[in-house]
Amino acid sequence: MPVPSPEEAGTLHAGGSGGIITESSVEATYDAIGEGSATDVEREVRHLGVGFWIAVAWLVGLITLAILAPYLPFIDDPNVSQADALGAAPSAQHWFGGDDIGRDVFSRVIWGARVSLFIGVAAVTFGFVIGGTLGLTAGYFRGRYERVIIGAMDIMLAFPALVLALALVTFLSPPGTQNASMGTVTLVLTILAVPSLARITRAATLSFAQREFVTAARALGARNSRIIAREILPNVVPPMAAFALIAIAIVIVAEGALSFLGLSVASPTATWGNLIEQGRQSLDDTPWISLFPCGVMFLTLLAFNYVGDQLRRYFDVKEAGL
Amino acid sequence: MARKQVTLTRSEVDTSRPLLEVEDLRTHFLTESGTVRAVDGVSFALERGRTLGVVGESGSGKTILSRSIMGLLPTRNVVRTGSAKYEGTEVAGLAAGALRGLWGTEMAMVFQDPMTSLNPVMKVGNQITESLRHHLDMDKGEARETAIALLRSVGIPEPVQRVKEYPHQLSGGMRQRVMIAIALACGPRLLFADEPTTALDVTVQAQILDLLQAQQTERHMAMVLITHDLGVVAGRADDIAVMYAGKVVEKAPTSVLFSSTRHPYTEALLKSIPKLEHTSHTRLEVIPGRPPDLVSPPDGCNFSPRCAYAQPKCFVEEPVLETGPGGDHEFACWYPVGTPQGAEALARNQADAAVTEEVA
Repeated sequence: MPVPSPEEAGTLHAGGSGGIITESSVEATYDAIGEGSATDVEREVRHLGVGFWIAVAWLVGLITLAILAPYLPFIDDPNVSQADALGAAPSAQHWFGGDDIGRDVFSRVIWGARVSLFIGVAAVTFGFVIGGTLGLTAGYFRGRYERVIIGAMDIMLAFPALVLALALVTFLSPPGTQNASMGTVTLVLTILAVPSLARITRAATLSFAQREFVTAARALGARNSRIIAREILPNVVPPMAAFALIAIAIVIVAEGALSFLGLSVASPTATWGNLIEQGRQSLDDTPWISLFPCGVMFLTLLAFNYVGDQLRRYFDVKEAGL
Repeated sequence: MARKQVTLTRSEVDTSRPLLEVEDLRTHFLTESGTVRAVDGVSFALERGRTLGVVGESGSGKTILSRSIMGLLPTRNVVRTGSAKYEGTEVAGLAAGALRGLWGTEMAMVFQDPMTSLNPVMKVGNQITESLRHHLDMDKGEARETAIALLRSVGIPEPVQRVKEYPHQLSGGMRQRVMIAIALACGPRLLFADEPTTALDVTVQAQILDLLQAQQTERHMAMVLITHDLGVVAGRADDIAVMYAGKVVEKAPTSVLFSSTRHPYTEALLKSIPKLEHTSHTRLEVIPGRPPDLVSPPDGCNFSPRCAYAQPKCFVEEPVLETGPGGDHEFACWYPVGTPQGAEALARNQADAAVTEEVA
């Protein structure tokens, strides 16, 4: 029989597809990569939901405020004392109140977000570049290389994270300085993030490296570098990106813990951790100094976790979808 | 590039020799429970433009055989011996770096399951153009045109739209067509089709097989068609090799194999195919027992424990693959089907069985 004509093949395509993909679901899933067999019911389950968009709105709002903080008229200078803000309760003038030396708590929270978000994003980004590369290569090449890498990561994970962070901050800070710089804190938290990110990337890589399409690419003469970059990486990125958001939340907590202990960025600079620490002493009289940064931090972490979780579920590619 | 790649210059190639010559190829896996003899001494030759059907049950070593020749096996805990010559060049046991020059352009493979052998996050078109651009140095537009032409040639409707789609937007049959297009993209001379229709609906199977055959004729390409279904190779292969427990037990031109079956295993396989003339609810003939343990295969003939013809000799001495009278029919059996010895052996076994039944 000669090669089937398009019409002929088309009919058989519709009839012989085993009901896996119908014409309408092809249309419906056009944008959703990896959702091969998503029926209407399944799509409903996989919907991101209202909560997701509220969380996204919170994050976008906070990030916008943080970035634009120096230019927005309603955000005061976080380090200038104002007479009317001295120990003031929240009011129309000072939304989150003022602290014991008259600084506006709202603007300090926003300026603190700059530090926390920057460190969170930077540490996770660098962590993924380093840890992701290690995990990707370990999961792909296996063998002794993998054992060495994963062994090293396990050793790092075996240290209690906070103790390791304290040790590293002390060790990496220039001699004579009490507090660390933003760069040092980012570096320390990157080092702390690498092992788990490497392990998670490796696990995702393992599940793809054994797939038939990798063998197929190899059988066509693709080099290892090409297979990693073109076949595996695009498959690993969506779940990793979703996890990155959760990782940012974890790093923000870690930074908060460090600065609460006075080991992060130096004190006059507002960070969430040292705002909370600062308000701790006068919790009875002026609770807002601690509670507002706590609340903002809580909501931010919740938002990151929720968005990350929803995305992870969304990108959780089912076997049938391949 | 540290390692030297195998490159073939067309003028150097000796066309009087077969395209692929496999000699006593063995692939053993070292596992914790012992050495698995997945491929245990397979030899065959394949001429240009011809099709060899490799038939056998699951676990008989068909897939490992093809991957051994291609060099697609994992490198750890694998022992490979024997020789596989492609165009006279030894390819067995070469490292991946050296084989890369042959993959895609000289040898290619169509895999069993089109659901998993396409990259789910890459557009179909890119999966085809990638090797075109790499191996044949085509520019983007040229590669795209070629990809569209390839998709059209494998019978995919609206190829211009299809190149922009992802694998999950295609049906199983369509994906297998895409896989074939990818495998054929760089014009290989040897195609391994590893159970290309097993994962597909019956209605699509015939189309895919016809497509493979049409492409093969058009390109004068040799093909190794691996299947567990004798019906698949019946009308399509020039020669058939029946594998059992890592060994070829019978090999003959297709018509000869079907008309004068010699090996009891082949006979049993043929008997187990349902036939149209059977009345409905006829019990299918099955082969009793299970395939042998490849770690410690039985003494003598591997098939002896399941064989209707087995005689004491079969449990002790292993038959070797020998050319029978006629010249092109090879089989490994002490009491071949269709010979006086075979008939006598079967009669003896049936008589024994009758006696045992009476006693019981």
